[in-house]
Amino acid sequence: MATVLDAGEIGRALKRIAHEIIEHNRGLENVVLLGIPTRGAFLGERIAHFLGEIQSPVPVGTLDITLHRDDLRLRPPRPLLPTLIPSGGIEGKDVVLVDDVLFSGRTIRAALDALGEIGRPRTVQLAVLVDRGHRELPIRADYVGKNIPTAATESVKVRLSEIDGEDSVEIMAGA
Amino acid sequence: MKKHLLSINDLTAGDALEILNTASELAKISDGPMKKLPTLRGRTVVNLFFEDSTRTRISFESAAKRLSADVINFSAKGSSVSKGESLKDTAQTLQAMGADAVVIRHGASGAAQRLADSGWISASVINAGDGTHEHPTQALLDSYTIRSKFPEFRESFDGLKVGIVGDILHSRVARSNVLLLTKLGAHVTLIAPPTLIPVGVTDWKVDVSYDLDSIINKVDVLMVLRVQSERMADSFFPSEREYSRGYGLDLARLNSLKESAIVMHPGPMNRGLEISAESADSHKSVVLAQVSNGVLVRMAVLYQLLGGAALAGEVSA
Repeated sequence: MATVLDAGEIGRALKRIAHEIIEHNRGLENVVLLGIPTRGAFLGERIAHFLGEIQSPVPVGTLDITLHRDDLRLRPPRPLLPTLIPSGGIEGKDVVLVDDVLFSGRTIRAALDALGEIGRPRTVQLAVLVDRGHRELPIRADYVGKNIPTAATESVKVRLSEIDGEDSVEIMAGA
Repeated sequence: MKKHLLSINDLTAGDALEILNTASELAKISDGPMKKLPTLRGRTVVNLFFEDSTRTRISFESAAKRLSADVINFSAKGSSVSKGESLKDTAQTLQAMGADAVVIRHGASGAAQRLADSGWISASVINAGDGTHEHPTQALLDSYTIRSKFPEFRESFDGLKVGIVGDILHSRVARSNVLLLTKLGAHVTLIAPPTLIPVGVTDWKVDVSYDLDSIINKVDVLMVLRVQSERMADSFFPSEREYSRGYGLDLARLNSLKESAIVMHPGPMNRGLEISAESADSHKSVVLAQVSNGVLVRMAVLYQLLGGAALAGEVSA
């Protein structure tokens, strides 16, 4: 087990992502953040907080992708998590999806499907705290906190103070 | 959660709350422009209805279709059942067609249990009403409706007072509701003439009253049951008029309800018998909300039963 990001580094990475979002979109007028529960939702809130400090508040919500997963039949049913779309909706917006770890890309594929049910954004961008490689689909992140090369057998554990009591990212050896 | 939903007794309070929470999340999604979800694509749900039904069959059909499942409707009228085919042969036909879930409504109590335990089929069995036994999804949608009207009782019905008035004896809706409401913590009072109270009622965790007027101003929820003339071979009360005078929800009784109280009815209503037209159409009535909530709750049940992989060892031959 090795810690690859500590609380300070996570904070700085998220702040940098906030700056990159402003730079890439030339402002925040049209930006909507959607975090993917559980931990992506907290990260979305934190990035929104930084955006508010740096420039202006942005609408922030959550998007549950459970019903769109392609591995539903491989596991027992999972409970649904909250989906909260900001009141302005996503039609014609620049939507930034936020998740903790980018791995196979299947979560993001499901998120794109789920977004399609709700409306037609102008663009969809992706922000992740950790990109650990091993993509199974042609998907990449626009904003990355840290690229962490991993072996496929290892697992990446993100802890956030909102639910885990502390901020850290660790790599655990595979079974 | 178990593989089948035959009775409220198949669910723990936690299972029931999970179904209700799932339905709440599905409600938010269903408010959007796209109502269809890909979750059960490629799965087949068979509606096997040996008794007449409007609401329940349409509700299950609509729930399955919104989750992209394929739906086969089977009603006993106009099928080989009228040529004398047995439940076993019908079930094995459905099995050969590859049904993943069978929603069964049958006039005989225990029919769903028979189908689930028989080993004739490997599909999940959902009881959509069996004789005078149970109708679990109706109870779930009623609890969902109560929760949406009383947000303070979201996690538990502790302190909620529910009156169920009418033909308790023949009502599978009442049986399932008593089980679920008490499981969730509500205090239930059954109100009916003595002839329409089942003999075993002393084993239920409920109060019984023969007098609607003494209790009507104390309940938060009043469930009015349909007088099931089709199941009444004997006479259980002298006349419809007398029943209506003693136990019908007329305007005077509606006005003596608490301001915050709601009126529920599982439908179809006999207007003028157990419920007057003014009461059925009043702002306290949540009858139509019950219908639309039924689709959400049945989507949640189908998702819970079919949304994941079959647990190892549960598929019977």
